[in-house]
Amino acid sequence: MLAYAAPSTVEEAVRILAGASGVAKILSGGTDLLVQLRSGRARPDLIVDTKKIPGISGIRQQDGAFVIGAATPGAVIGECEALRRAWPGVVEATNLIGSTQVQGRASLAGNLCNASPAADSVPALIAARATCVVAGANGRREIPVESIVTGPGRTSLGADELIIEFHLPRRPPRSADAYLRFIPRTEMDIAVVGAGVTVTLDAGGVCTDARVVLGAVAPTAVVVADAAAALIGRTLDSTALAGLDGAAQRACKPIDDKRGTIEYRTKVAGVMARRAATIAYQRAGER
Amino acid sequence: MSKHHVSTTINGEPTEFLCEPQLTLLDVLRDEIDLTGSKEGCSSGDCGACSVTVDGRLVCSCLMLAVEAEGRTIETIEGMARGHDLHPLQRKFLEHAALQCGFCTPGLLVAAKALLDRNPNPTETETRYWLAGNLCRCTGYDKVIRAVLDAAAELRGE
Repeated sequence: MLAYAAPSTVEEAVRILAGASGVAKILSGGTDLLVQLRSGRARPDLIVDTKKIPGISGIRQQDGAFVIGAATPGAVIGECEALRRAWPGVVEATNLIGSTQVQGRASLAGNLCNASPAADSVPALIAARATCVVAGANGRREIPVESIVTGPGRTSLGADELIIEFHLPRRPPRSADAYLRFIPRTEMDIAVVGAGVTVTLDAGGVCTDARVVLGAVAPTAVVVADAAAALIGRTLDSTALAGLDGAAQRACKPIDDKRGTIEYRTKVAGVMARRAATIAYQRAGER
Repeated sequence: MSKHHVSTTINGEPTEFLCEPQLTLLDVLRDEIDLTGSKEGCSSGDCGACSVTVDGRLVCSCLMLAVEAEGRTIETIEGMARGHDLHPLQRKFLEHAALQCGFCTPGLLVAAKALLDRNPNPTETETRYWLAGNLCRCTGYDKVIRAVLDAAAELRGE
Protein backbone atom coordinates (compact mmCIF):
# COMPACT_ATOMS: atom_id res chain seq x y z
CA MET A 1 0.00 0.00 0.00
CA LEU A 2 1.32 3.38 -1.00
CA ALA A 3 2.12 6.02 1.62
CA TYR A 4 2.54 9.74 1.05
CA ALA A 5 4.65 12.23 2.99
CA ALA A 6 5.06 15.97 2.45
CA PRO A 7 7.97 17.08 4.66
CA SER A 8 8.34 20.80 5.36
CA THR A 9 12.15 20.89 5.69
CA VAL A 10 15.09 19.32 3.84
CA GLU A 11 16.20 17.60 7.06
CA GLU A 12 12.76 16.03 7.53
CA ALA A 13 12.77 14.86 3.88
CA VAL A 14 16.19 13.23 4.37
CA ARG A 15 15.03 11.58 7.62
CA ILE A 16 11.97 10.16 5.89
CA LEU A 17 13.99 8.91 2.92
CA ALA A 18 16.70 7.40 5.13
CA GLY A 19 14.10 5.68 7.31
CA ALA A 20 11.94 4.32 4.48
CA SER A 21 11.56 0.56 4.65
CA GLY A 22 10.59 -0.05 1.03
CA VAL A 23 11.06 1.86 -2.22
CA ALA A 24 10.64 5.61 -1.88
CA LYS A 25 10.10 7.95 -4.83
CA ILE A 26 10.61 11.69 -4.74
CA LEU A 27 7.77 13.76 -6.16
CA SER A 28 8.51 17.18 -7.63
CA GLY A 29 6.31 18.02 -10.62
CA GLY A 30 5.20 14.42 -11.05
CA THR A 31 4.93 14.58 -14.84
CA ASP A 32 7.08 11.46 -15.20
CA LEU A 33 6.36 9.80 -11.84
CA LEU A 34 2.57 9.78 -12.22
CA VAL A 35 2.82 8.23 -15.68
CA GLN A 36 5.08 5.53 -14.24
CA LEU A 37 2.71 4.91 -11.31
CA ARG A 38 -0.15 4.46 -13.75
CA SER A 39 1.78 2.11 -16.05
CA GLY A 40 3.20 0.08 -13.16
CA ARG A 41 6.79 0.85 -14.15
CA ALA A 42 7.25 2.49 -10.75
CA ARG A 43 5.82 0.68 -7.72
CA PRO A 44 6.96 2.72 -4.73
CA ASP A 45 5.90 2.08 -1.14
CA LEU A 46 6.31 5.75 -0.31
CA ILE A 47 6.04 9.03 -2.20
CA VAL A 48 7.92 11.98 -0.70
CA ASP A 49 6.48 15.24 -2.03
CA THR A 50 9.16 17.95 -1.81
CA LYS A 51 6.99 20.93 -2.64
CA LYS A 52 6.25 21.96 0.97
CA ILE A 53 9.97 22.60 1.53
CA PRO A 54 10.63 26.38 1.52
CA GLY A 55 12.82 27.44 -1.41
CA ILE A 56 12.41 24.14 -3.29
CA SER A 57 10.46 26.13 -5.90
CA GLY A 58 11.65 29.53 -7.06
CA ILE A 59 14.64 31.36 -8.55
CA ARG A 60 17.03 33.74 -6.83
CA GLN A 61 20.10 35.66 -7.99
CA GLN A 62 23.37 35.88 -6.05
CA ASP A 63 26.07 38.17 -7.51
CA GLY A 64 25.11 37.35 -11.08
CA ALA A 65 24.79 33.62 -10.39
CA PHE A 66 21.39 31.93 -10.24
CA VAL A 67 19.94 29.45 -7.77
CA ILE A 68 16.98 27.50 -9.12
CA GLY A 69 14.93 25.43 -6.67
CA ALA A 70 14.85 21.75 -7.60
CA ALA A 71 11.05 21.64 -8.02
CA THR A 72 10.62 24.99 -9.80
CA PRO A 73 8.13 24.43 -12.65
CA GLY A 74 9.35 25.01 -16.21
CA ALA A 75 6.75 27.74 -16.70
CA VAL A 76 8.22 29.72 -13.78
CA ILE A 77 11.73 29.31 -15.23
CA GLY A 78 10.46 30.58 -18.59
CA GLU A 79 8.92 33.66 -16.98
CA CYS A 80 12.17 34.72 -15.26
CA GLU A 81 13.40 37.61 -17.41
CA ALA A 82 16.87 37.81 -15.80
CA LEU A 83 17.47 34.08 -16.24
CA ARG A 84 16.35 34.21 -19.88
CA ARG A 85 18.87 36.99 -20.49
CA ALA A 86 21.77 35.22 -18.77
CA TRP A 87 21.07 31.61 -19.80
CA PRO A 88 18.74 31.60 -22.84
CA GLY A 89 19.83 28.06 -23.80
CA VAL A 90 19.00 26.59 -20.40
CA VAL A 91 15.60 28.29 -20.45
CA GLU A 92 14.73 27.25 -24.02
CA ALA A 93 15.75 23.67 -23.27
CA THR A 94 13.62 23.59 -20.11
CA ASN A 95 10.64 25.06 -21.93
CA LEU A 96 10.82 22.33 -24.60
CA ILE A 97 9.75 19.71 -22.04
CA GLY A 98 6.16 18.71 -22.83
CA SER A 99 3.10 20.88 -23.24
CA THR A 100 1.97 24.07 -21.52
CA GLN A 101 0.25 21.83 -18.96
CA VAL A 102 3.43 19.82 -18.34
CA GLN A 103 5.39 23.08 -18.01
CA GLY A 104 3.03 24.02 -15.18
CA ARG A 105 4.59 21.24 -13.08
CA ALA A 106 7.71 19.70 -14.66
CA SER A 107 10.97 20.51 -12.83
CA LEU A 108 14.72 20.42 -13.49
CA ALA A 109 15.28 17.86 -10.71
CA GLY A 110 12.60 15.63 -12.19
CA ASN A 111 13.91 15.92 -15.74
CA LEU A 112 17.41 15.08 -14.48
CA CYS A 113 16.55 12.25 -12.08
CA ASN A 114 14.08 10.59 -14.46
CA ALA A 115 17.38 9.94 -16.26
CA SER A 116 16.06 9.73 -19.80
CA PRO A 117 18.91 9.95 -22.33
CA ALA A 118 16.68 12.37 -24.29
CA ALA A 119 15.94 14.80 -21.42
CA ASP A 120 16.02 18.30 -22.94
CA SER A 121 17.17 20.37 -19.97
CA VAL A 122 20.13 18.12 -19.14
CA PRO A 123 22.55 18.87 -22.04
CA ALA A 124 21.87 22.59 -21.60
CA LEU A 125 22.53 22.43 -17.84
CA ILE A 126 25.74 20.45 -18.31
CA ALA A 127 26.93 22.83 -21.05
CA ALA A 128 26.28 25.67 -18.58
CA ARG A 129 28.50 23.97 -15.97
CA ALA A 130 25.50 23.89 -13.67
CA THR A 131 25.90 22.21 -10.31
CA CYS A 132 23.29 20.76 -8.02
CA VAL A 133 23.12 20.67 -4.25
CA VAL A 134 22.35 17.19 -2.98
CA ALA A 135 21.10 16.72 0.58
CA GLY A 136 21.41 13.39 2.36
CA ALA A 137 22.01 11.75 5.72
CA ASN A 138 25.68 12.82 5.58
CA GLY A 139 24.85 16.47 4.92
CA ARG A 140 24.97 18.47 1.72
CA ARG A 141 27.30 18.33 -1.27
CA GLU A 142 27.47 20.43 -4.42
CA ILE A 143 28.29 18.38 -7.50
CA PRO A 144 28.26 18.89 -11.28
CA VAL A 145 24.97 18.00 -12.99
CA GLU A 146 26.79 15.47 -15.20
CA SER A 147 27.64 13.32 -12.16
CA ILE A 148 23.97 12.52 -11.44
CA VAL A 149 22.81 10.32 -14.33
CA THR A 150 24.67 7.02 -14.69
CA GLY A 151 22.49 5.36 -17.34
CA PRO A 152 18.92 5.24 -18.63
CA GLY A 153 16.65 5.46 -15.56
CA ARG A 154 19.63 5.30 -13.16
CA THR A 155 21.26 7.98 -10.99
CA SER A 156 24.18 8.16 -8.58
CA LEU A 157 21.95 9.45 -5.76
CA GLY A 158 21.71 7.39 -2.57
CA ALA A 159 18.35 6.25 -1.25
CA ASP A 160 18.55 8.97 1.43
CA GLU A 161 19.41 11.76 -1.01
CA LEU A 162 17.51 14.40 -2.93
CA ILE A 163 18.49 17.37 -5.07
CA ILE A 164 17.40 20.63 -3.47
CA GLU A 165 18.68 23.26 -5.91
CA PHE A 166 20.66 24.00 -9.06
CA HIS A 167 23.37 26.65 -9.37
CA LEU A 168 24.19 28.44 -12.62
CA PRO A 169 27.44 30.41 -12.54
CA ARG A 170 27.90 34.12 -13.19
CA ARG A 171 28.52 34.91 -16.87
CA PRO A 172 31.62 36.67 -18.20
CA PRO A 173 30.95 39.37 -20.82
CA ARG A 174 30.11 38.20 -24.39
CA SER A 175 28.89 34.80 -23.19
CA ALA A 176 25.75 33.00 -24.32
CA ASP A 177 24.28 29.55 -24.70
CA ALA A 178 21.77 27.82 -26.96
CA TYR A 179 19.95 24.49 -27.05
CA LEU A 180 18.39 22.85 -30.08
CA ARG A 181 16.71 19.51 -30.41
CA PHE A 182 15.60 17.67 -33.50
CA ILE A 183 12.10 16.20 -33.55
CA PRO A 184 10.12 15.25 -36.65
CA ARG A 185 7.32 17.69 -35.76
CA THR A 186 7.27 21.15 -34.20
CA GLU A 187 5.99 20.48 -30.67
CA MET A 188 5.15 17.74 -28.17
CA ASP A 189 7.81 15.15 -28.97
CA ILE A 190 10.95 13.56 -27.54
CA ALA A 191 14.39 14.59 -28.81
CA VAL A 192 15.93 12.44 -31.55
CA VAL A 193 19.07 14.50 -30.94
CA GLY A 194 19.65 17.44 -28.58
CA ALA A 195 22.63 19.82 -28.55
CA GLY A 196 23.55 22.37 -25.90
CA VAL A 197 26.38 24.83 -26.59
CA THR A 198 27.77 27.65 -24.48
CA VAL A 199 30.50 30.05 -25.62
CA THR A 200 32.44 33.06 -24.40
CA LEU A 201 33.97 35.38 -27.02
CA ASP A 202 36.65 38.05 -26.80
CA ALA A 203 36.13 41.56 -28.20
CA GLY A 204 37.24 40.35 -31.65
CA GLY A 205 34.71 37.54 -31.76
CA VAL A 206 37.28 34.83 -31.06
CA CYS A 207 36.00 32.03 -28.82
CA THR A 208 37.86 31.86 -25.50
CA ASP A 209 35.70 29.24 -23.80
CA ALA A 210 33.16 26.71 -25.04
CA ARG A 211 31.29 23.62 -23.93
CA VAL A 212 29.31 21.30 -26.19
CA VAL A 213 26.94 18.63 -24.84
CA LEU A 214 24.79 16.20 -26.81
CA GLY A 215 21.59 14.45 -25.70
CA ALA A 216 19.73 11.37 -27.00
CA VAL A 217 22.81 9.95 -28.77
CA ALA A 218 24.21 7.83 -25.90
CA PRO A 219 22.97 6.28 -22.61
CA THR A 220 23.62 9.62 -20.88
CA ALA A 221 24.24 13.17 -22.09
CA VAL A 222 27.75 13.44 -23.58
CA VAL A 223 30.23 16.27 -22.94
CA VAL A 224 32.16 16.58 -26.21
CA ALA A 225 35.51 18.09 -25.26
CA ASP A 226 36.88 17.78 -28.82
CA ALA A 227 33.94 19.79 -30.14
CA ALA A 228 34.65 22.59 -27.67
CA ALA A 229 38.35 22.45 -28.58
CA ALA A 230 37.42 22.93 -32.24
CA LEU A 231 35.76 26.24 -31.34
CA ILE A 232 38.26 27.70 -28.85
CA GLY A 233 40.82 30.09 -30.31
CA ARG A 234 38.84 30.71 -33.51
CA THR A 235 35.97 32.76 -34.80
CA LEU A 236 33.05 30.66 -36.00
CA ASP A 237 34.63 30.02 -39.41
CA SER A 238 34.18 26.99 -41.65
CA THR A 239 37.15 25.19 -40.04
CA ALA A 240 35.67 25.60 -36.58
CA LEU A 241 32.25 24.44 -37.75
CA ALA A 242 33.66 21.41 -39.59
CA GLY A 243 35.74 20.47 -36.52
CA LEU A 244 32.70 20.83 -34.28
CA ASP A 245 30.53 18.73 -36.59
CA GLY A 246 33.12 15.94 -36.87
CA ALA A 247 33.81 15.83 -33.13
CA ALA A 248 30.07 15.75 -32.34
CA GLN A 249 29.54 12.84 -34.73
CA ARG A 250 32.48 10.89 -33.28
CA ALA A 251 31.05 11.29 -29.74
CA CYS A 252 27.74 9.60 -30.65
CA LYS A 253 26.90 6.10 -29.42
CA PRO A 254 23.20 6.11 -30.24
CA ILE A 255 20.59 3.39 -30.41
CA ASP A 256 18.52 2.46 -33.45
CA ASP A 257 14.85 2.99 -32.74
CA LYS A 258 11.64 4.15 -34.39
CA ARG A 259 12.64 7.80 -34.00
CA GLY A 260 16.03 7.54 -35.67
CA THR A 261 18.66 5.11 -36.89
CA ILE A 262 22.24 5.16 -35.60
CA GLU A 263 23.44 6.68 -38.88
CA TYR A 264 20.73 9.33 -38.90
CA ARG A 265 21.18 10.36 -35.26
CA THR A 266 24.94 10.60 -35.75
CA LYS A 267 24.66 12.87 -38.78
CA VAL A 268 21.96 15.03 -37.19
CA ALA A 269 24.08 15.44 -34.03
CA GLY A 270 26.69 17.25 -36.09
CA VAL A 271 24.05 19.46 -37.69
CA MET A 272 22.39 20.34 -34.36
CA ALA A 273 25.76 21.11 -32.76
CA ARG A 274 26.65 23.48 -35.62
CA ARG A 275 23.29 25.25 -35.52
CA ALA A 276 23.27 25.58 -31.73
CA ALA A 277 26.83 26.95 -31.83
CA THR A 278 25.81 29.48 -34.49
CA ILE A 279 22.96 30.72 -32.30
CA ALA A 280 25.17 30.87 -29.19
CA TYR A 281 27.85 32.89 -31.07
CA GLN A 282 25.24 35.27 -32.42
CA ARG A 283 23.78 35.83 -28.95
CA ALA A 284 27.23 36.27 -27.39
CA GLY A 285 28.23 38.75 -30.08
CA GLU A 286 25.19 40.89 -29.28
CA ARG A 287 26.26 41.36 -25.65
CA MET B 1 -4.06 2.37 5.11
CA SER B 2 -5.46 5.66 6.26
CA LYS B 3 -6.93 8.10 3.82
CA HIS B 4 -5.63 11.63 3.62
CA HIS B 5 -7.84 14.55 4.50
CA VAL B 6 -7.47 17.35 1.97
CA SER B 7 -8.79 20.92 2.28
CA THR B 8 -8.83 22.87 -0.94
CA THR B 9 -10.76 25.50 -2.87
CA ILE B 10 -12.47 24.40 -6.07
CA ASN B 11 -14.14 27.01 -8.27
CA GLY B 12 -14.24 29.40 -5.32
CA GLU B 13 -15.86 26.90 -2.95
CA PRO B 14 -13.95 25.60 0.08
CA THR B 15 -13.94 21.83 -0.48
CA GLU B 16 -12.77 18.92 1.64
CA PHE B 17 -12.31 15.32 0.67
CA LEU B 18 -10.70 12.09 1.83
CA CYS B 19 -8.48 10.22 -0.61
CA GLU B 20 -5.95 7.46 -0.92
CA PRO B 21 -2.49 8.69 -1.91
CA GLN B 22 -2.38 7.05 -5.33
CA LEU B 23 -5.51 8.82 -6.58
CA THR B 24 -5.02 11.65 -9.04
CA LEU B 25 -6.73 15.00 -8.77
CA LEU B 26 -8.74 13.97 -11.84
CA ASP B 27 -9.94 10.77 -10.10
CA VAL B 28 -11.19 12.80 -7.14
CA LEU B 29 -12.75 15.59 -9.19
CA ARG B 30 -14.74 13.11 -11.25
CA ASP B 31 -15.48 10.27 -8.83
CA GLU B 32 -15.67 11.97 -5.41
CA ILE B 33 -16.78 15.53 -6.11
CA ASP B 34 -18.91 14.77 -9.19
CA LEU B 35 -17.20 17.40 -11.29
CA THR B 36 -17.20 15.30 -14.45
CA GLY B 37 -16.48 18.13 -16.89
CA SER B 38 -12.74 17.36 -16.79
CA LYS B 39 -12.25 14.30 -18.99
CA GLU B 40 -9.91 11.35 -18.78
CA GLY B 41 -8.33 10.90 -22.19
CA CYS B 42 -4.84 9.43 -22.03
CA SER B 43 -3.92 9.52 -18.30
CA SER B 44 -0.36 10.31 -19.33
CA GLY B 45 -0.38 14.07 -19.81
CA ASP B 46 -0.46 13.94 -23.60
CA CYS B 47 -4.05 14.91 -24.48
CA GLY B 48 -4.99 17.79 -22.16
CA ALA B 49 -8.63 16.69 -21.76
CA CYS B 50 -8.22 16.87 -17.96
CA SER B 51 -6.77 20.42 -17.92
CA VAL B 52 -7.46 22.49 -14.80
CA THR B 53 -5.63 25.39 -13.18
CA VAL B 54 -3.94 25.08 -9.79
CA ASP B 55 -3.12 28.44 -8.17
CA GLY B 56 -3.65 29.92 -11.64
CA ARG B 57 -1.20 27.56 -13.34
CA LEU B 58 -2.46 25.30 -16.15
CA VAL B 59 -1.83 21.60 -15.40
CA CYS B 60 -3.10 18.15 -16.32
CA SER B 61 -5.17 16.92 -13.38
CA CYS B 62 -4.22 13.34 -14.34
CA LEU B 63 -0.57 14.17 -13.57
CA MET B 64 -1.20 15.51 -10.06
CA LEU B 65 -1.98 13.51 -6.94
CA ALA B 66 -5.17 14.55 -5.21
CA VAL B 67 -3.29 14.90 -1.90
CA GLU B 68 -1.18 17.63 -3.51
CA ALA B 69 -4.32 19.78 -3.72
CA GLU B 70 -4.04 20.56 0.01
CA GLY B 71 -4.23 24.32 0.46
CA ARG B 72 -4.33 25.01 -3.28
CA THR B 73 -6.89 26.86 -5.39
CA ILE B 74 -8.30 24.85 -8.27
CA GLU B 75 -10.40 26.03 -11.20
CA THR B 76 -12.18 23.55 -13.45
CA ILE B 77 -14.44 23.91 -16.49
CA GLU B 78 -17.45 23.94 -14.14
CA GLY B 79 -16.29 27.32 -12.81
CA MET B 80 -16.08 29.01 -16.19
CA ALA B 81 -19.68 30.08 -16.88
CA ARG B 82 -21.41 32.47 -14.48
CA GLY B 83 -24.73 30.71 -13.90
CA HIS B 84 -26.40 30.62 -17.32
CA ASP B 85 -24.02 33.22 -18.77
CA LEU B 86 -21.42 31.44 -20.82
CA HIS B 87 -17.86 32.73 -20.80
CA PRO B 88 -16.99 34.48 -24.11
CA LEU B 89 -14.71 31.53 -24.97
CA GLN B 90 -17.61 29.11 -24.53
CA ARG B 91 -19.90 31.27 -26.71
CA LYS B 92 -17.24 31.61 -29.42
CA PHE B 93 -16.63 27.84 -29.43
CA LEU B 94 -20.34 27.40 -30.19
CA GLU B 95 -20.44 30.19 -32.80
CA HIS B 96 -17.39 28.87 -34.64
CA ALA B 97 -18.42 25.21 -34.28
CA ALA B 98 -15.09 24.58 -32.58
CA LEU B 99 -16.25 21.18 -31.33
CA GLN B 100 -17.91 18.07 -32.61
CA CYS B 101 -17.81 15.21 -30.12
CA GLY B 102 -16.95 17.61 -27.30
CA PHE B 103 -14.60 15.36 -25.35
CA CYS B 104 -11.61 17.69 -25.67
CA THR B 105 -13.67 20.87 -25.24
CA PRO B 106 -13.50 21.35 -21.45
CA GLY B 107 -9.72 20.99 -21.53
CA LEU B 108 -9.38 23.30 -24.52
CA LEU B 109 -11.56 25.94 -22.85
CA VAL B 110 -9.64 25.82 -19.57
CA ALA B 111 -6.32 25.97 -21.45
CA ALA B 112 -7.50 28.82 -23.69
CA LYS B 113 -8.72 30.81 -20.68
CA ALA B 114 -5.33 30.35 -19.01
CA LEU B 115 -3.73 31.76 -22.16
CA LEU B 116 -6.01 34.81 -22.37
CA ASP B 117 -5.64 35.50 -18.63
CA ARG B 118 -1.87 35.90 -19.28
CA ASN B 119 -1.85 37.25 -22.78
CA PRO B 120 -5.00 39.09 -23.89
CA ASN B 121 -3.69 39.51 -27.44
CA PRO B 122 -1.95 36.29 -28.51
CA THR B 123 -0.87 35.69 -32.10
CA GLU B 124 -2.18 32.67 -33.97
CA THR B 125 1.23 31.01 -33.58
CA GLU B 126 1.32 31.67 -29.83
CA THR B 127 -2.19 30.26 -29.52
CA ARG B 128 -1.32 27.12 -31.49
CA TYR B 129 1.79 26.43 -29.40
CA TRP B 130 -0.04 27.13 -26.12
CA LEU B 131 -2.77 24.64 -27.07
CA ALA B 132 -0.39 22.01 -28.51
CA GLY B 133 -0.99 19.86 -25.42
CA ASN B 134 -4.74 19.67 -26.10
CA LEU B 135 -5.58 17.02 -28.66
CA CYS B 136 -8.75 17.19 -30.76
CA ARG B 137 -9.59 14.48 -33.28
CA CYS B 138 -12.66 16.20 -34.75
CA THR B 139 -12.05 19.81 -35.67
CA GLY B 140 -8.59 19.86 -37.19
CA TYR B 141 -7.92 22.74 -34.77
CA ASP B 142 -8.60 25.62 -37.20
CA LYS B 143 -12.04 26.36 -35.77
CA VAL B 144 -10.67 26.13 -32.23
CA ILE B 145 -7.95 28.66 -33.00
CA ARG B 146 -10.43 31.02 -34.69
CA ALA B 147 -12.78 30.78 -31.72
CA VAL B 148 -10.01 31.57 -29.24
CA LEU B 149 -8.73 34.55 -31.24
CA ASP B 150 -12.28 35.87 -31.70
CA ALA B 151 -12.98 35.51 -27.97
CA ALA B 152 -9.73 37.31 -27.22
CA ALA B 153 -10.81 40.21 -29.47
CA GLU B 154 -14.20 40.39 -27.74
CA LEU B 155 -12.59 40.35 -24.30
CA ARG B 156 -10.32 43.22 -25.39
CA GLY B 157 -13.48 45.15 -26.32
CA GLU B 158 -12.79 45.11 -30.06
